[in-house]
Amino acid sequence: MIKIIKNFIKRILNELFKKRGHIKLGIYGPPNSGKTTLANRICKDWLGEEMGAVSKVPHETREVQVKEKVTIKYKNKELSFKLIDTPGITTKIDYEDFLKYKISEKKAKERAKEATRGVIEAIKWLEDMDCVIVVLDATENPYSQVNITIIGNLAARKIPVLIVANKIDLKKAKIKKVEAAFPQYDVVGISAEYGNNIEEFYESLYRLVK
Amino acid sequence: MLTLQFIPYDEIEDLNSDQRIRKLLRMVKDEKIVLMQGRLKPEEETSLIETTMGGINKMFKGIEMCTIYPEEKGIEILSKLRKGMAQFLVGHREGITIIGPANIIKEIRRDPNKIQLLTTIPSPRKSRSAKTKKNVKKAKKRRR
Repeated sequence: MIKIIKNFIKRILNELFKKRGHIKLGIYGPPNSGKTTLANRICKDWLGEEMGAVSKVPHETREVQVKEKVTIKYKNKELSFKLIDTPGITTKIDYEDFLKYKISEKKAKERAKEATRGVIEAIKWLEDMDCVIVVLDATENPYSQVNITIIGNLAARKIPVLIVANKIDLKKAKIKKVEAAFPQYDVVGISAEYGNNIEEFYESLYRLVK
Repeated sequence: MLTLQFIPYDEIEDLNSDQRIRKLLRMVKDEKIVLMQGRLKPEEETSLIETTMGGINKMFKGIEMCTIYPEEKGIEILSKLRKGMAQFLVGHREGITIIGPANIIKEIRRDPNKIQLLTTIPSPRKSRSAKTKKNVKKAKKRRR
């Protein structure tokens, strides 16, 4: 009962702040799908600075990163939001996987520990989001349980979702497969790294947040 | 040896979310692949991930999980309402959930119509009884 009342008050407060332009836009997805690369692309395009470090080693982002105010301009209209980049959500973390990237055992263990905390933190932030961009690697199978769990959770909380099929610059990328996996959502294929199709992304983002 | 443990929905029906998650994780940590009738609620799935992350250590690397349930595409509104009402009354009985330890299930490949579990044979873990037998032998030797 207390939880229901708490959620009700939270929803009212969220609605109030949303109307004043304090929209919280979260970036979620599995590890190494390009969440921080996309966050950097948005920040570079509209703020002229990057948001966080990226690397080929999974779980590079192990803490939630926040940019308090990002304003984008689309067709003479302005859109402001708080951008929240989250660590990749996964169901397993093995420090030995990091050793392949020539990381010392001590650092790999540390990274694994921080990554587990990062996943917990990312999940905790879920309920605070107003809108979410789910970034999926278009070269990977979209039918993974992590993707289904994230999107199912957002749907249960009635949080608007935009699915980004990232890495379309790669030959193996299959946007159609992502679209087929989540037919009820707006899917936009981009390359966050090279900026391919980024205009369409901003258009979809505007539709999501407005 | 690979153990598959079936859990009918009746077995978890009366448990709260915390108890369900603890029960499932206990079995998975015991190196069993759990086949559960029905599915967890979306918030229970994220809680399961959270609890799993909190429990990762040298021995436990996490879980692999997969849920299959009938697609709702093309279902009429009336049927959807009926289904929603049934779920409210008897829980999420439809479908099946597979959860296993990540050290045994390397990957679950899932396409809409099939599921493949890529497994590795776990290294034999010394059971409590085996350890006790060893201790008894050691004690006998010492006595001699």
